[in-house]
Formats: sequence, structure tokens, C-alpha cells
Amino acid sequence: MTTRRNFIKNSGLLLAGSVLPVSLIELSFAKTSDNFTFAYISDSHIQQIKGNKFVRNWDRGLIRAVAETNMMDPKPDFVMYGGDIAQLGKKAELDHGLEILSGLRVPETHYVMGEHDYYLDLGEYWESQLGPQYYSFDHKGVHFVVLNSILVDEGWTNKWASGEERMGVMAGLDDPRGSPFMVGEKQRKWLADDLEKVNKDTPLVVFSHSPLQKLFKNWNFWTEDAEQVQAILKPFKTVSVMYGHVHQIQYNQIDNISFNSVMATAWPWPYPKTYVQAPNMMPKLTVDMNRADPFFERDATGWQMIDVNSGRLSVDFFLPENEKRRVAFNAAKGHPEDVVYATNTTAAQKHY
Amino acid sequence: MNIFIVWKRLLLACLVTTGLMISPAYADNFTKEDVDGWYQEYLSVVDKGRVAFTDASLGTNGVVCAQCHPNGANTHPETYPKFQKQLGSVVQMWEMVNWCIRNPLEGVDLSPTDPRMTAILSYIAHERRGVKMEPGKH
Ligand code: HEC
Ligand SMILES: [Fe+2]
Ligand SMILES: [Fe+2]
Repeated sequence: MTTRRNFIKNSGLLLAGSVLPVSLIELSFAKTSDNFTFAYISDSHIQQIKGNKFVRNWDRGLIRAVAETNMMDPKPDFVMYGGDIAQLGKKAELDHGLEILSGLRVPETHYVMGEHDYYLDLGEYWESQLGPQYYSFDHKGVHFVVLNSILVDEGWTNKWASGEERMGVMAGLDDPRGSPFMVGEKQRKWLADDLEKVNKDTPLVVFSHSPLQKLFKNWNFWTEDAEQVQAILKPFKTVSVMYGHVHQIQYNQIDNISFNSVMATAWPWPYPKTYVQAPNMMPKLTVDMNRADPFFERDATGWQMIDVNSGRLSVDFFLPENEKRRVAFNAAKGHPEDVVYATNTTAAQKHY
Repeated sequence: MNIFIVWKRLLLACLVTTGLMISPAYADNFTKEDVDGWYQEYLSVVDKGRVAFTDASLGTNGVVCAQCHPNGANTHPETYPKFQKQLGSVVQMWEMVNWCIRNPLEGVDLSPTDPRMTAILSYIAHERRGVKMEPGKH
């Protein structure tokens, strides 16, 4: 098992082989006093079969992420959970997922709402266990904001005969009866008020479940009011958005905002370009992850450790039986970059 | 030999032996209505395939195909038959469908001629329409 210390040592070895641009190393390790790390686990989709029986495959993904996070040395300052703990928002699923997550030996875990946690009871049980659906906190000079970005309009929300029916429709990623996600006016107002008090030089990190960009509407890799949210973040010098939901590696830069997605612990999703009947607006910057091997059930799933240096993020992806990947902000280029795959893609990365 | 051909041959034999000549209504002729009707038949099976993609009764754990293959994506019907490295031989697509039924869905193989298998293969092909054939591609 690779510990954090080993991992840093390995990165050093890579450097010796002159694979990494020097600027990146300076960025990551210059002022170590400012550095801290946090872990990011997302999209476990704990799925109840019946009674106390749950889908083994999804359980294993979350159990593995928790175990590996606990082995990190030094320990992450906190853990972010990126949403979709449950598959159908059931109390039993949320309870089972939270029980596995309670094995985390870290000072604190913060949660983001996913649509699979929300649409059965509009987040009532989740909120009773985990607190408000949107909030902010400060840590070592960085301002963190958590948004519930998976809301849709009231007409859609209220048109179903039951919560089960509504959840069932929203749980189908490609179900044409779904509706595009948004942050919504009320929360945008809250966000603007929250940020009003924050110095514009303070590094800002925003967590959401959906991408806060418009990437692919068919699968809700989409936030309907993305431009309006981006405009609220505009006055800040250093802004990063991290999101779950997409079950794949994506990264992007829009003006002052860096975007990083995280992996699911449950299962990977195809890249939108593999669905040839609909156009997409996926970021050109992203170098795709490897295609999944269906014969290894943890393939193309994973979790991540994030190095924060002066508010810039370097995301290390922990991918079972795959080479680790690192997507880090490149200060010279002004956008996130995969330092190893920046210039070459392998045959296994060709998605079609 | 299919029944229709047998019947046509019998009819032909009849005509020849009786020396009767009637208009050749048995010739393979069809209209636009026929073609449209047949395409509708196909689309109705595609619809059944979509239903199968979200049907937990194919397996035993509640997991469905569409959870991992939205719009049937990442199934690459245009590449079959092909060498599947994990199976060690050249296979047809229904064998990979059954692999996914047995593993992520913890279910039991469908026969390759099961109408539900035909529906699944039809839906997968339909969502991939327009992509050129590339048998053997990995
Ligand atoms: C847990 C996720 C998961 C589920 C559920 C699942 N599959 Fe798969 N399946 C995969 C992955 C991953 C691959 C490999 C995709 C690739 O090669 O890019 C795959 C491959 C396939 C392939 C071969 C694709 C190729 O490129 O050769 C077919 C066909 C297929 N699945 C059909 C199905 C059907 C039908 C179902 C439902 C009975 C199903 N799958 C359920 C994950 C899943
Ligand atoms: Fe998810
Ligand atoms: Fe989601």
C-alpha cells in the first residue's frame, strides 16, 4: 500500500527523470508552511438490495477509499465527500454509507449534496444527519464554499406522484424525463452575501456536485445557471471549483476559475463523446483517463488527495491497479494540467 | 430452408403440373408501407431494449445496464466480432452482454436467441447508428 510519504518520494523520483516541469515542483513544495492536504471521496452510490443487503461492488469501493485515506501519512486535514452517498436516497442507504464513512480517522468530514441523496425527500434525511445543504468554512487562509447545485425548478420538483417516482427518474442519468441542475436564485444570493465579507485576495475553493459549467446536457454534466455562479466568483484572484457527479477525470479553466472533477468510488462513466447522437462541450484541456476494464470491478474508480498551496490545487488520483495521475495547476500556463499526460496519450486513453 | 420457400416451391410444382399460368404474386415484391412497417417493428424492439437496459430483473442485485452505460454508451457494437483479451478469443457482442449480466448485475446468462437479448442488441446498435463498421477494433 502506498502511503502519502512514499508517494511524495515517488514524485521525487519522477523529477529525477526530468519528467516534471520544475515550476510545478516549486509551486507544490516552495512554502511548505502554507501547504495542507485534504482527501476527496465521492459518488459511492450505496444501493440497498433488501433489508441489510447492499450491492457488494459499491460497498467495496467506499470501504477501500476509507481504508486508503486512513493510511495517508501525513494525515489529510479533512475529508470532503462529493455527493451521491446513496443510489435512491433511502434512509437505509444513507445510514449504511455514513456508517462506512464513520471509519474515517480524520478530524472532520464535510459533505456535498448529490441528486441521488436528494430527490426522495428533498434532502430532509440527509440534512437531519449532516446539517445544512449549503455553507462555508475557512481553513488555513482558504475560504471554502459548499453549494447544493443539483436543484431544479419547482414545477418539475412537485409534479410527481411520489418521492420514489421522482427519485427513480432523477437516478437515471440518461432519462429524458429528468431536468437540468441549477444552484438557483436563493443560493446565488446567499453566495454573493457570503463572499461579500471575504477579501478578494483570499483563495477561494467551491465544492459542488454538478460541474458549475455546461459540458453535456443529456447526462446533466451541466449547471443551468453556471454563468451566473461564475460571475459571482469573478472578483476573486484564485478560484477553484471541485465537483463530483461525472464519475470521470475532467479539468478545465474558464477565466479566473480552475475546475477539477473527482472520481467515483462506485463505477466510471463513459466520456460524452462516446455517445454519438448528441453534441457536447467537454473541455479541450482534459486528457481522458484510461478506458475501464470491465473484468476488474474497481477499474476506473478511485478517490483523491489534494495538495493546497497558496490556494492552488494539485489533485492526486488514487486509481486501483492503475498508475496514479496528478492534475495540478500550472502557474506559467494558468490552468490545470496533467504533468505526465500533458503531451502524450496512450492507446488505453482512446475513448470512442 | 424456411417454410415460405418450401411453400413457394410446392406452389410452383402445382402450377407446372397443372399447366396453369397465373400472375406471379409470390415474387419478392414489397411496398413503401411494408418497409415502413418493418422499420416500426424494429423500433418497437429497440424500445424493448431500452426497457431491458433499466430492468433490474435481468440480475439479482437491483443494478441495471443504464447505470454504467447511459444511452448504451461504451458498448461499441461496431467493433464486433473482436478479440476480447480477457476471454482469450474472438467473441460476438452477446457474449459481453452476458458477461455484464453475470458480473455487475449478478444475474444469469440469456440465450443468444432470447427476445430480450435481441432487444438489448437492437437498442445498443440503435444508439450507435451512423458509426462505421470496424470489426476487430479494440
Ligand atoms: C458496473 C458497471 C456496468 C454495468 C452495470 C454494466 N456494464 Fe457493461 N461494461 C462495463 C464496463 C466498464 C465495460 C468496458 C467498457 C469499455 O471497453 O470501454 C463494459 C463493457 C460492455 C460491453 C462490451 C463493450 C466493448 O467495447 O466491447 C457490452 C456489450 C456491455 N458492457 C453491455 C452491458 C449490458 C447489456 C449491461 C446490462 C445487462 C451492462 N453492460 C452492465 C460496465 C458495466
Ligand atoms: Fe454519482
Ligand atoms: Fe450525481
